Amino acid sequence: MKFADFISREAVRAELTADDKEGVIREMVQALVDAGKIHPEDFESIVQAVLKREDLGSTGIGRGIAVPHTKHPSVERLVGTVAISSEGVDFDSLDGERVNLFVLIVSPPDRPGDHLRALENVSRQLRDDTFCRFLKQARNAEEILQLLDEADNNQFVS
Amino acid sequence: MDVQRASRTVVVSNPQGLHARPAHEFVKLASQFQAKIELVKGHERVDGKSILALLTLAAGQGTELRIEAEGGDAETALEALAELLAHNFAEDNPNNEA
Repeated sequence: MKFADFISREAVRAELTADDKEGVIREMVQALVDAGKIHPEDFESIVQAVLKREDLGSTGIGRGIAVPHTKHPSVERLVGTVAISSEGVDFDSLDGERVNLFVLIVSPPDRPGDHLRALENVSRQLRDDTFCRFLKQARNAEEILQLLDEADNNQFVS
Repeated sequence: MDVQRASRTVVVSNPQGLHARPAHEFVKLASQFQAKIELVKGHERVDGKSILALLTLAAGQGTELRIEAEGGDAETALEALAELLAHNFAEDNPNNEA
């Protein structure tokens, strides 16, 4: 699976304004609503589901990266977005570091395979330090999208 | 302590596969041991103490994974990790948020 298969291009955000965990999640889910990927009436339910998942253990997996996610019956296919916070946000990360780079994934409950393949793609790409560094330095959504496209074309991972 | 080497093949049992939360639990447990831990799926071999590395395996239900441990506490580590992979994610039912 590639980023292009589930990342909503219109929902990518280069400069998050939120400065706490819940705020980041709300901002990213709102971006998916604005992009037409999620119905406005499902917004709160999805935010709460993502927060509930965070309660089970932070998805801030270290190195300034977090992958907040949830399964939710309102989506028929995997949807996701990428966002950057240049200041960094306290996300209860496993290594205690602030998080700059967020990938949010909402997946249909009956597609565990798709969810795994999305996580596989995200984790494989984010293991590359150059890719992460470039992403964190991206100044606008266009630059993020360009980097995601390059990653999809295997320009970072051999 | 003598250097021990131990390995065992286990099958991922939970319906959701080795997604983020079980990967986190595996890494948490693996990191308690001094032994080097690796997970092998087919031709892929990854560090068993890295969540990102584990997630790159996209190991769904039924996937065979070989756990390899090397170090002073390799056998204890292997025992605990194999148990976790094969059984202890069983509470991970599809209604839970993954």
